[in-house]
Amino acid sequence: MADELAIEATGLKKSFGDVEVLAGVDLSVAPGTVFALLGPNGAGKTTTVRILATLTRADAGRALVAGHDVARERHLVRRSISLAGQYAAVDGLQTGAENLRMMGRLAGRSRADARRRAGELLEQFGLAAAAGRRVATYSGGMRRRLDLAASLVGAPSVIFLDEPTTGLDLPSRQVMWQVIAGLADLGVTVFLTTQYLEEADLLASRIAVIDGGRVVAAGTPADLKEVVAEQSLDLLLTDSAAFERVAARGGARARRADPGGLAISLPTDGTAAQVRSLLDELDPERAAVRSFCVHTATLDDVFLAVTRRGPAATHPEQETTHV
Amino acid sequence: MSNALIMTNRALRLSSRQLDALLTSLMLPVLLMLMFVYLFGGAIRTGTSTGYVTYVVPGVLVICAGFGAATTAVSVTQDLGGGMIDRFRSMDVPGPAFLAGHIAASMVRNIASTVLVFGVAYLVGFRPHAGLAGWLAAAGVLLAFILAIAWLAAAFGLLVKTAEAANALTFVMAFVPYASSAFVPIATMPWWIRGFARNQPITPVVDTLRGLLLGTPVGTSPWAALIWCAGILAAGITAGGLLFRRRTA
Repeated sequence: MADELAIEATGLKKSFGDVEVLAGVDLSVAPGTVFALLGPNGAGKTTTVRILATLTRADAGRALVAGHDVARERHLVRRSISLAGQYAAVDGLQTGAENLRMMGRLAGRSRADARRRAGELLEQFGLAAAAGRRVATYSGGMRRRLDLAASLVGAPSVIFLDEPTTGLDLPSRQVMWQVIAGLADLGVTVFLTTQYLEEADLLASRIAVIDGGRVVAAGTPADLKEVVAEQSLDLLLTDSAAFERVAARGGARARRADPGGLAISLPTDGTAAQVRSLLDELDPERAAVRSFCVHTATLDDVFLAVTRRGPAATHPEQETTHV
Repeated sequence: MSNALIMTNRALRLSSRQLDALLTSLMLPVLLMLMFVYLFGGAIRTGTSTGYVTYVVPGVLVICAGFGAATTAVSVTQDLGGGMIDRFRSMDVPGPAFLAGHIAASMVRNIASTVLVFGVAYLVGFRPHAGLAGWLAAAGVLLAFILAIAWLAAAFGLLVKTAEAANALTFVMAFVPYASSAFVPIATMPWWIRGFARNQPITPVVDTLRGLLLGTPVGTSPWAALIWCAGILAAGITAGGLLFRRRTA
């Protein structure tokens, strides 16, 4: 049922000139959940958000946000959503409080109500002490928090966050994570885009991986980890001759192979016996492997597996056997 | 309407806090006027009985409006480049309200700098002979000109992608008035520039202001000035609307 989903998109396509940015994107997001659209730069994340937030029209396909069509019912959609983009869209020459009061007025609040709401949000986002300072004096993390606060002045039911933590240092990122997790507790649907697997894993209950304008994998973080469920044995080799020898013996099974970094990664069940026999088989002279480690598959592995980017791109034909 | 007021308030607050830009837009016309009156004025024969300051004030007002418009172009460009426009649109602020805010703020800034120019001009000997009707008519023509070029500037701000490019409008606005009757009589110019100077919009605007303020006959200049302003305004609004839709498609 369309009206039970907070966001439902089917077959979204968009080209800018000759460049096809979205090649048919399907998404569905349940209300009150955090959904992450995960992908590398240029995958089509921002374009997807702009279409869903009514800022860009899709060339083909259809999307409903909060039950309204993003192309034909723009104004109804805009009353239900808010957007915090990659740029912190707040005025540097206004104070934090002035920015929020202005947004509140634009959201249709009375002067007194906008003032009250601005005060609440500044408190909630830990900006009360900086409320009277111009935003130009804020740190990057404070600006993003203010931007997020600004997106909440109108009590939206769906919030779009386009790369909310890109460019922030780790402490600021952790504060943003707490704030975003808090939004879901309020019953708001959060649609966030990110390049960070850790972020998607931590915040989202469902993730879609997008690459080259298509959703290449979707599911819960646990589902995605199941794509590469076993453990990995990562080998670091001594030199490129050693890399060639090991790759010749075990390359067909490799999950990843990176000649430049002298690294090969193979699936394993993680038992000592299997790791020992793998090492003996690949490196009988006991000279090629400098060091090794065994680790559980992370979202990074999922990401590399499904987007075929990074080191895996050097052996795409082998990669497919493991996906 | 209330959105437009909020946008106007915002634009005014922002420009009141850009001290360097504010001072430049207020001081530049005044300094220019003093330079013309005290440095060049002695050498310029205007063919009028009044002093050069009386001749030059309308030109300074026009150039002042030009600088103000260039500021508007820059702030429109900054809002489009910096992501503010996306937030406003996602909040369902209509495009016309957004532009109207910039235009209204531009008008307020310009009126302030115009008053300052009049004040300083009076101190250095400007003595207009206009009656109430003349003052009102002059104010009307000047406001029409300011409004028209503010819209043109907003459209230019929507056309270019960077604040630096938007700022190029300053040069156009600063130089076009020199090839008009603003600072020297057109009759003193070489023949090949006279044609341009007689038939560009600033000449009828300046002639109208000069005539009205000094209480001398203005002929058909006011009508030419208003037709030019209406044309520029229509072009600015049309181009602004089209460009806004193109930039935010």
